[in-house]
Amino acid sequence: MFLKEYITDVVTGVTSLLKGMRKTGYYFTHPKEIITEQYPDNRATLLLSDRFKGEVVMPHDANNEHTCTGCTACELACPNGTIKVVTKFETSPEGKKKKAIDTLVYRLELCTMCNLCIVACPSDAIKMAPNFEHSVFDRTKLTKVLNQPGSKIREGIE
Amino acid sequence: MYNQTEIIKDTSELGADGELVINMGPQHPATHGVLHLVVTLNGETIKKIEPHLGYIHRSIEKMCESLTYRQFIYVTSRMDYLSSHINNLGCALLIEKGMQIEVPDRAKYIRVILSELTRIASHELWLGAMAMDLGAFTPFFYAFREREMITDIMEDTCGARLTMNYIVPGGLMYDLHPDFQKKVKAFITQFKSKVTEYEDLVTNNIIFQSRTKGVGILSAEDAISYGCTGPVARASGVSCDIRKIYPYEVYDKVEFDEVLETAGDSFARYMVRVKEMNQSIRIIEQLIDNIPEGDFVGKTKNVLKLPKGEFYTRVETARGEFGVYIVSEGGTTPHRIKFRSPGFSNLSVLNHIAVGGMIGDLMASMGTLDLVIPDIDR
Repeated sequence: MFLKEYITDVVTGVTSLLKGMRKTGYYFTHPKEIITEQYPDNRATLLLSDRFKGEVVMPHDANNEHTCTGCTACELACPNGTIKVVTKFETSPEGKKKKAIDTLVYRLELCTMCNLCIVACPSDAIKMAPNFEHSVFDRTKLTKVLNQPGSKIREGIE
Repeated sequence: MYNQTEIIKDTSELGADGELVINMGPQHPATHGVLHLVVTLNGETIKKIEPHLGYIHRSIEKMCESLTYRQFIYVTSRMDYLSSHINNLGCALLIEKGMQIEVPDRAKYIRVILSELTRIASHELWLGAMAMDLGAFTPFFYAFREREMITDIMEDTCGARLTMNYIVPGGLMYDLHPDFQKKVKAFITQFKSKVTEYEDLVTNNIIFQSRTKGVGILSAEDAISYGCTGPVARASGVSCDIRKIYPYEVYDKVEFDEVLETAGDSFARYMVRVKEMNQSIRIIEQLIDNIPEGDFVGKTKNVLKLPKGEFYTRVETARGEFGVYIVSEGGTTPHRIKFRSPGFSNLSVLNHIAVGGMIGDLMASMGTLDLVIPDIDR
């Protein structure tokens, strides 16, 4: 009698355990269906939405040219004083003076990703990029210059 | 400044008549934020509750007064962060009302769909967190599984998961994502098949029912006199849905029921929110296939200036009535701005409904009030 009870206990115990483990085993053999993302390991395959607001960047083309005219519309639209446009006057070969940007300073630590500067920009010079890993060891590294060194405005942009 | 002896004297005075004063919060897992409750106890019975506020005060109203009408909308996302889209909508509606800006139909439809998605996401988070306060851990993951689908939709269309800032005066910041309708329909199918799981797991659970039924009863008269709005007041039988009384955007064109319960206890407040999620799904289903084509933003001036005068609008957030009051002097920034947040009035009723009950029941009463602390402090 004792042996029969003992064996029944073992069998029911094992079956209930297996029942509970069935879902775990299913996901163990079907790794593609797991919802959990193994975040730091999946950086290469991590897909964020193309509209994700991570930081402001200024796209440059192959000739190191951008489309920023230095109109300071983004600086006026920003609620936090994140963007500072420093302009200079360039003299063209014909002797004409033309306003251009010297540096476009972007302070990431003040930015709230509200997208108002992107909407305000008349020449689509800046856009939001889906980069979100912004941690650095020094606060000064968060102050960025968006235009690349030696870059100039694309021909035909007023 | 207190010295050591004064502190000892202070506590001994408060502890007279066998009463015990404990500080719940500001770092307490069940207050969901930095809410500080000074609870006076006699044994386990609550004698008095005194909420201490101000830990997360950021002077948002004063901050908004220094920003232009386009800029201040994003700040309101940081108040009630779970219904940030509806907060933004309230501010945009006021500017449109004050300046008589025409909003295209397409923008109106999208605004309402996103508002209802926000409401569902907010109620989902509340359901999970509330069940976790009462000791059930699994509903948290069930609720977040569905909420994750909504945050994905928000991320695709608005570019952010929580503080969207998708609304500008006159319409929307940019057009819908091409996948929007497909994803929302997938969410509706998923939600409808899974909402029965909540019924089995939480609503019909005998432990959950006995912990919430008859706990924290709020009568209809008290709900009105304390200024409660939203699901808290509707659970006491007070009809106060702004979407029904003062319809804004396209709420007058859609069919939905105002959910009313009469018991006024914690379980009634729970039931109102669960039923409201189904009503929100009903609204989205009516609108999602009928989004009209056209512009997503109306024509506005470059610099917005409200005419001189006083303006007030109200919207129904996930927690109740959210009001924006602006006094304008005719300039580019508001002269005075005041937000009527639903959380503040709903918190003020906590002392009334929890006194006389046990300290364990305080979790149920507080959880069903659905407090968001940044909304209360501002």
